[in-house]
Amino acid sequence: MRKEPVKIKEKDSAVRVKGFEEVVEGFCEEEVLQEAARCIQCKDPKCVSGCPVGIDIKTFIGQIMKKDYEGAYFTIRQKNNFPSICGRVCPAEYQCRKACVFSKKGEPFASKEAIGIHFLERFIGDYGARKKLQGKAAAENRRSRVRVAVVGAGPAGLCCAGELARRGIQVVVFEGLHKTGGVLRYGIPSFRLPRNILDFEIGSLKELGVEIRTNHLIGQVKSVDELLAEGFKAVFLGLGAGIPSFMGIEGENLCNIYSANEFLTRVNLMAAHEFPASHTPVNIGRHIVVIGGGNTAMDAARVAIRLQHMNGIAPDTSVFYRRTEIEMPARRLEIEHAKEEGVKFVLLSKPEGFRGDDKGFVRKMRASRCELGEPDSSGRRRPVVIEGSSFEVDCDQAIIAIGLGANKILTSVTPRLETDKYGDVIVNHETMETSIQGVFAGGDIVGGEGTVIEAMGMAKKAAKAILDYLDKAGV
Amino acid sequence: MKILSREVIADVGGVRIVKIAVYSPDIAAKARPGQFVVLMVREEGERVPLTVVETDTDKGTLALIAQEAGLTTRLLAGLQPGDSLYSLVGPLGHPTEIKKYGRVIFVGGGVGIAEVLPVARAIKGAGNHVTAIIGARAKELLILEQELKAVSDEFVVMTDDGSYGRKGFVTEALKELLEKTKYDLVYAVGPIPMMRAVSVVTKPFEVPTLVSLNAIMVDGTGMCGCCRVSVGKEVKFSCVDGPEFDAGQVDWDELVKRNSIYAEKEKHICRHHSEQLGR
Ligand SMILES: Cc1cc2nc3c(=O)[nH]c(=O)nc-3n(C[C@H](O)[C@H](O)[C@H](O)COP(=O)(O)OP(=O)(O)OC[C@H]3O[C@@H](n4cnc5c(N)ncnc54)[C@H](O)[C@@H]3O)c2cc1C
Ligand SMILES: Cc1cc2nc3c(=O)[nH]c(=O)nc-3n(C[C@H](O)[C@H](O)[C@H](O)COP(=O)(O)OP(=O)(O)OC[C@H]3O[C@@H](n4cnc5c(N)ncnc54)[C@H](O)[C@@H]3O)c2cc1C
Ligand code: SF4
Ligand code: SF4
Ligand code: FES
Repeated sequence: MRKEPVKIKEKDSAVRVKGFEEVVEGFCEEEVLQEAARCIQCKDPKCVSGCPVGIDIKTFIGQIMKKDYEGAYFTIRQKNNFPSICGRVCPAEYQCRKACVFSKKGEPFASKEAIGIHFLERFIGDYGARKKLQGKAAAENRRSRVRVAVVGAGPAGLCCAGELARRGIQVVVFEGLHKTGGVLRYGIPSFRLPRNILDFEIGSLKELGVEIRTNHLIGQVKSVDELLAEGFKAVFLGLGAGIPSFMGIEGENLCNIYSANEFLTRVNLMAAHEFPASHTPVNIGRHIVVIGGGNTAMDAARVAIRLQHMNGIAPDTSVFYRRTEIEMPARRLEIEHAKEEGVKFVLLSKPEGFRGDDKGFVRKMRASRCELGEPDSSGRRRPVVIEGSSFEVDCDQAIIAIGLGANKILTSVTPRLETDKYGDVIVNHETMETSIQGVFAGGDIVGGEGTVIEAMGMAKKAAKAILDYLDKAGV
Repeated sequence: MKILSREVIADVGGVRIVKIAVYSPDIAAKARPGQFVVLMVREEGERVPLTVVETDTDKGTLALIAQEAGLTTRLLAGLQPGDSLYSLVGPLGHPTEIKKYGRVIFVGGGVGIAEVLPVARAIKGAGNHVTAIIGARAKELLILEQELKAVSDEFVVMTDDGSYGRKGFVTEALKELLEKTKYDLVYAVGPIPMMRAVSVVTKPFEVPTLVSLNAIMVDGTGMCGCCRVSVGKEVKFSCVDGPEFDAGQVDWDELVKRNSIYAEKEKHICRHHSEQLGR
């Protein structure tokens, strides 16, 4: 049996930085079979406990071994509606792969030897899409005329909508933006998640009869109470963690200092990289600094360095992070990809302030060196600023990717909806029901920034509870 | 999102101000004075904020008034009845607090007059004494004079060049009024230099002064932070925390600079698309 993991095909970094084409090209059938063959089909498969939605990983890999790809697809679909998406963006090294027997215990993330579960899942998801298996997976209709409203078309909302529609519920999804997908569209760049994959997965919902109304900001154009009064028997809130945090340091409002959300939205949602053919502008600096260590920071840095390449600017994009690489919450693969693409990493450094020119554009960033102290509440060692270590770097554009807070558009105008001190919606974790009867919530609006699969896991739980609720209510 | 009517209400040297009625019954039913919408003319277009000037719940329409500034407003001005917007979302921002203040002065400059009108109407409706001072560079650019006059107890028109009304800036008339009588609120919308000058004039009189800021926006829903402004010691997002703020607390220098972030790019895009714009 093969011990070495099958290497995944990737586009050459010198080529890929000049555009937005998908970086990871995926396994071919032969490679999938080789990688699947490495799985030892454990009696007690630990991998499953690492997956937030509990996909029966062992079974689907076993099905791959027998070339029963259709079977593998249905096994995954029992727990995950969007395998093509998760196979691409799931931080598997912190989840299923970390729990795989091939991972060394006690490490912060999976070992290299752990089975490439996400890559196998991606292959199967794409296979299912090619063979149009979505419809079949959904063939358990229990037609009813009950209407349920879903607010937010991010992974949580879309997943919940799909689950309910499969059972014959008439679902209307309300999305504030002009396009669906939430972070999958405005945050995650197309070189990680090609738009045709996203559109395809969302398209399959429409085939299930889900109605999607974009440009509808609930709370503003309609209240939750009005939705209920209009005859929606239940409401699911998948509002996301949409509000960018800033550091509160000097000069942070200088021109060309962006939140990662703004920068990524301009490019991913508004196509600013195609300016002037598309009308939304984005500025591209010569010395770009990205602050943060999560997926958002990696995405921002990799978009930034691409824009430099595409505009004939000598690439100079640096990620500033106050801890070390081990503590970075980003997916390992994204960190590797960012490095390959020429993004520089300035670790153990904490921004202290920005200086601008007389027109108000940022020119310099001041930072201090840090060392790691005692672990904090997150279990990661706390960065401690070293006195007198301050230094200054050229910076004519900064992108701040230090985190996102709860989206308050709806919660702030819905007093009956209880929230915690972070603005997250409080739910009963068994049912995902909120303080308002018949109103459920899931995804990043519950418990803060998480992952796509966690958001979908909560949405699935909520969908199940909504069906129970509708049964009990006798509708 | 269909355009039901369109009217050019001012045109000076090719810069038009148009009034457009858009069909959107949901937004029309909900929009309150002081709120705005974000629209896109085309799929490849930009998202731009515009104030809801009037609503007609019977027809299900809202009226928007836009001055041609850059590409998007020019494309918008070029639409005809029957055309549809690509997207329209709203109402956004906090509505103005409509209550009995006493004596209220409205100051509108340029296309800001359009933004003042719905608030002035509602404030008048709440039983306040309303004074309106409106101004523009020249007579041809002055809009909504009759509409504002109709809700005003006192009414002053100023033009920079003296081609109509009194010659001079709106702030001169404002200062004279404040020196004569006590007022309870000043509400100003217009170009940044005008709003800033208003805040300077009202300061010694200690009269509460509200301005509706026109920070650059993307989503208009609090998601990007592009529209952030410093108000007092705090950073606020204009779209969700505003767009109205206490004029005396606004960091005007910062706002002026942040609104120039894309000045170069905007000139470029208008040249690039000049053929489509037909000029
Ligand atoms: C840049 C970036 C990269 C990421 N990379 C990864 C990754 O690689 N892997 C991973 O697993 N996770 C990643 N994440 C995290 C992941 O994207 C989120 O956990 C996930 O998207 C949460 O899903 P959600 O449906 O709860 O919210 P969102 O995706 O935020 O969607 C919420 C949607 O609701 C809409 N909405 C909000 N309020 C209203 C309202 N009042 N009315 C109507 N619509 C409303 C919003 O416009 C939005 O479309 C990343 C996050 C970011 C920002
Ligand atoms: C809450 C709000 C309400 C508004 N209401 C109205 C209204 O009722 N009628 C109206 O005509 N305009 C209004 N504006 C201004 C309007 O949004 C801008 O004129 C418009 O975005 C310009 O887009 P453009 O593509 O045509 O021009 P751009 O090419 O984007 O810009 C042209 C010029 O306008 C400046 N500019 C860019 N964005 C803005 C902005 N948001 N505000 C002011 N100047 C800007 C640029 O610096 C540039 O000099 C409002 C703005 C806000 C924030
Ligand atoms: S959804 Fe994510 S965690 Fe679950 S099996 Fe797939 S890759 Fe692993
Ligand atoms: S733990 Fe690893 S080896 Fe064992 S069944 Fe799961 S994927 Fe296969
Ligand atoms: S416009 Fe994006 S936060 Fe206000």
